[in-house]
Amino acid sequence: MKLVCLSNNPSKPCFILYFKGVTFMLDCGLDLSQILNFLPLSLVSGSKANNLKDFLPTKEKYGAEGEDLINELKECNGQTFVNGVLEFSPPETRIIDLSTVDAILISNSSCMLALPYITEYTGFKGLIYCTDPTLQIGRQYMKELVTYVERVPRNKACNLWKKDEIMKNLPSPLCDAINPLTWRKCYTSQDVDSCLSKVQVVGFNEKKNIFGALSTLCCSSGYSLGSCNWVIQSDYEKICYVSGSSTLTTHPKPIDQAPLKYSDLLILSSITQTPLTNPDSMIGEVCVNAAVTIKNGGNVLIPCYPSGVTYDLFECLSGHLDSCGLSTVPMYFISPVSDSTLAYSNIFGEWLSSSKQSKVYLPEPPFPHAELVSLGRLRHYKNIHDIQSDFKCPCIVFTGHPSLRLGDVIHFIELWGKSSTNTIIFTEPDYPYLEALAPFQPLQMRIFYCPIDTSLSFPQVNKLIKDLKPQHLLVHESHITPPTSVIQRPELVITSEPPPLTYKQGEVITLPVKRKFECIELDPSLAASLEPMELKPGSAISMVNASLVVKDNKYVLKCLPFEYGKRKIPGEKRKSFIFGNLNTKTFIDSLNKQGINDIKLEESEDGSIIHLPNDDTLIRVEQGSTHIMCGGDEDVRIKIRDTLLQCLQKL
Amino acid sequence: MLVEAVYWQRLVERTLCWIAVCIWDLMMIHFHLDHCGALPYMSEMVGYDGPIYMTHPTKAICPILLEDFRKITVDKKGETNFFTSEMIKTCMKKVKAVNLHEVIQVDDELEIKAYYAGHVLGAAMFHVKVGQQSLVYTGDYNMTPDRHLGAAWIDKCRPDLLITESTYATTIRESKRCRERDFLKKVHDCVEKGGKVLIPVFALGRAQELCILLESYWERMNLNIPIYFSLGLTEKANHYYKLFISWTSQKIKNTFVQRNMFEFTHIKPFDRSYIENPGPMVVFATPGMLHAGLSLQVFKKWAPFEQNMVIMPGYCVAGTVGHKILNGAKRLELENKQTLDVRLSVQYMSFSAHADAKGIMQLISWCEPKNVMLVHGEAAKMDFLKNKIQQEFGIDCYKPANGETVTIQTLHNIPIDISLNLLKRAASFAGLKSPDPLKMRVLQGALVMRGNKLQLMDADQALKDVGLKEHNLRFTSTLYVEEDGASEKLAEKIYTLVKDKIKDHPTQYSTDGSISVSDVMITVSGDDEETKSVLVTWSHQDEELGSELMEILKNELPVTME
Repeated sequence: MKLVCLSNNPSKPCFILYFKGVTFMLDCGLDLSQILNFLPLSLVSGSKANNLKDFLPTKEKYGAEGEDLINELKECNGQTFVNGVLEFSPPETRIIDLSTVDAILISNSSCMLALPYITEYTGFKGLIYCTDPTLQIGRQYMKELVTYVERVPRNKACNLWKKDEIMKNLPSPLCDAINPLTWRKCYTSQDVDSCLSKVQVVGFNEKKNIFGALSTLCCSSGYSLGSCNWVIQSDYEKICYVSGSSTLTTHPKPIDQAPLKYSDLLILSSITQTPLTNPDSMIGEVCVNAAVTIKNGGNVLIPCYPSGVTYDLFECLSGHLDSCGLSTVPMYFISPVSDSTLAYSNIFGEWLSSSKQSKVYLPEPPFPHAELVSLGRLRHYKNIHDIQSDFKCPCIVFTGHPSLRLGDVIHFIELWGKSSTNTIIFTEPDYPYLEALAPFQPLQMRIFYCPIDTSLSFPQVNKLIKDLKPQHLLVHESHITPPTSVIQRPELVITSEPPPLTYKQGEVITLPVKRKFECIELDPSLAASLEPMELKPGSAISMVNASLVVKDNKYVLKCLPFEYGKRKIPGEKRKSFIFGNLNTKTFIDSLNKQGINDIKLEESEDGSIIHLPNDDTLIRVEQGSTHIMCGGDEDVRIKIRDTLLQCLQKL
Repeated sequence: MLVEAVYWQRLVERTLCWIAVCIWDLMMIHFHLDHCGALPYMSEMVGYDGPIYMTHPTKAICPILLEDFRKITVDKKGETNFFTSEMIKTCMKKVKAVNLHEVIQVDDELEIKAYYAGHVLGAAMFHVKVGQQSLVYTGDYNMTPDRHLGAAWIDKCRPDLLITESTYATTIRESKRCRERDFLKKVHDCVEKGGKVLIPVFALGRAQELCILLESYWERMNLNIPIYFSLGLTEKANHYYKLFISWTSQKIKNTFVQRNMFEFTHIKPFDRSYIENPGPMVVFATPGMLHAGLSLQVFKKWAPFEQNMVIMPGYCVAGTVGHKILNGAKRLELENKQTLDVRLSVQYMSFSAHADAKGIMQLISWCEPKNVMLVHGEAAKMDFLKNKIQQEFGIDCYKPANGETVTIQTLHNIPIDISLNLLKRAASFAGLKSPDPLKMRVLQGALVMRGNKLQLMDADQALKDVGLKEHNLRFTSTLYVEEDGASEKLAEKIYTLVKDKIKDHPTQYSTDGSISVSDVMITVSGDDEETKSVLVTWSHQDEELGSELMEILKNELPVTME
């Protein structure tokens, strides 16, 4: 049993698990963080991006080839950016033959964005499982990404800077880019449709049989709509994959811990990226900062994803605005998929927290944003161009993308960045906000960093592990030492007994799960033919000689066909077992009955020797063993043998 | 396995209440009153206190229908021994909602799983499993997708018993499209001539399907004649459909973001005052059998006029106005000794969604049950279907009368544990050049039984495990051979001989002059000029080989008897 970690980012996981002859891919996260190295895809052609300084390569540093770097790199605020097609970092699949992967298990919509790279551009032909909300919301995430990228076409692919000898001399952070040669440009809308058409939908606690060998089950993880953890089970072993979980009460169905208990191995990924902040107080801060800005006549910009915490923000923010008497302030939600994500949020009642679920029974929409939309307080647009003259300031704008490299958010930063009355509030923890803002500096607008990461914090992880009691725990290597930025906080590590095993990108880990038993079936007619011998009450033993039938990875023992009873089976070693100690007196009596009368018995310390002078035979009887030494007369030997066997217990 | 399908029958308001009490938990199949009408009666008045399972839409809609049912029965008919609103509430609190395909562990042994049944919103079939034995109870289901719901589906779960409804046991129904076209044509013809169309419906189910049908027709034909549906229940019902889109048909699911099919643009809420409005209109009104309420009120006003039409989209219980007019009554007696002339056109159109014979056979072929039981149908028709099932699938089929107990024997393999080493050894194709799945694989081992635990393992290991010591039985036979020359020479001769005769055991000639054939040892001793003694030693396990060797040596060598 082995595990390979393919992802560099523990929050966008991707693993390969080999278990009982089945190859799984666990999650398929797409690491987007390196797009911070690229210049933003701005809608306005005359904007800042075009007036940037060229990067001036020196010959001694970059060689003759290096001169062409001028076409690829630009300088902005003292930092170097790539001015070309945006590229993402899919999982490192070069070490895997993807055509051998049998199934991909997806745990939530933010851990599946690399799926089209796998299904459309490799030999992968296995199954893909995820829940219905994960599929639908994941589709919206992908479509949003594709639309943002396609909306601003940029054709120039930049590969020169990626050459090892050039890259190592480039200024930071470009020189630290990880495997940039494996970066890929965005997939297309057709890729998304074709990829997702291959996905099979499962429900929580729905057991899926994988080739008869294993069963998988997903249970709620409480992180986002339809998010789940996976349990992979054989009859005797249980492996849990815990990804993107939350023990907080937000909109999704709460985490279901029961199926995760007492596993042989627990693989943990996607824990908090912001261990120092508390999501609840951060939501509070978002509300307060937004309200203050509005009161001062400024606008609020919140870069966000089209689903997830954004729903909670609509709810909390509108509530807070009400309490501040700012109910008339409009909220705008601008995303190519805003209409879909809002519509889908209303129909997934079964996947929501019980308080939201009970609203569906009334019947009312589960999320308050449905009412906000019908009242016109929350307005959603697919595109900045759809905004009519009814755009009212001050207002709050929710739009993507949180990396600030693509999407309508770029336009709003350029529009509002010059005024200090306006505010931008970062809530997504995926991107370091200062790096995200770098190409837009200098900015006058106020900047707040209030990351809302609902995934498990270190104390929550440690408590969860205590509750779940796995035999072994596997975590990312960065989680067993405190984050480098906060050395003085030694409690920010994952601890367990025995100490956790660790994984990192590209590493193959042999898992400490040893299979000993397997469950098979006994045909009733074979069972009826067995003659068990009772050893003591409640315990018996029987020899089994049967044919093993294997079908669909299930084993059934059946009676041997009749002709096998007579013929010798190749490879068969023994048909019967004899055990127990020989009672010499009984034995001699039996020999007498067989007509052997000339018997001499010699007792010694180790046992006894029976001498049959007439038959030229010596029988040495010891504790647990008998040795018959005779002349070449087979008839005599067989007579003695059969007599002896009658005196011993036999199976 | 003994399956007791106990049917609790109770005649309430001439509605037959069927409830399947499977083993010891209660699964509500869907919200139709014939399936859940007696639920509060069971849980609150009879004293059932086990868990109750329903799908989410059923859980949402059921209490509303129950309350409606209670109101009609108690408030209008004055029945006293009936459940109260409070009972409905407490009863619904006990209900656990299930998702489709979710495996629910009711207790240590019992697990249930719901499948989509299509009949009405949230309808489900249940798979019940105890240990290795399992059954599927279908409730009502529909195997062809309609305008608003998908078709029932089940995987190859191979239950021991499939209990299926057989309402349309012999009917293979004509295409739904024809019926729809017919319906639309009748409505259109009537309103074109200035007539009013009344469609009495129950709030949930058919109403939505017909609304979608008319809505899209109106849009296609660009009609502007008003369509109304009665306020309250039906409107609320549409909200449920909107929120439970994931339970509707694929087409509706795929398009709901652009257009929620249950947000009707042509269909407006009805007001009582509209009854007197002149000009054509189409009205959906509850209840469906014209026995009370708005639909009856509208009917009374419109019945005397020839150009009007009433379309009955479902079954009507005998005695109701609906039943009377369907049987051609032209004059109705009303409560206060008044009479009503029925001159309007009366149409019957069945849109009720049950599986027909073809659908039932399809379901059987999907889930591959070992036995089938037919319920909920007419005896003669069920006989026909029973024979067909037995012929086509070669499985037993039962159709017990109410109150009858059926005993069905099932035979199952016995699960045992096997040591992985033993299994791998037995399952491998060792010694074969290429894997041959047809070759018989023989497994030898010892089955150790301790309490309920059955473990199959290597015999040696098993004996050790149970504390049995094998008795070591060995044989040594001595043969005397008259042959001159060195003993090595004889040994070599024996080696060549044995090697030639014994093919399927490895034979070795070792440096100390002994010959081993598998685990059998042959040693030769004696001086050059003497008679040599040949010792053959083997253990009881090698008895067969040992005696074979003895025979060879005796036949081929000049053996003397001392």
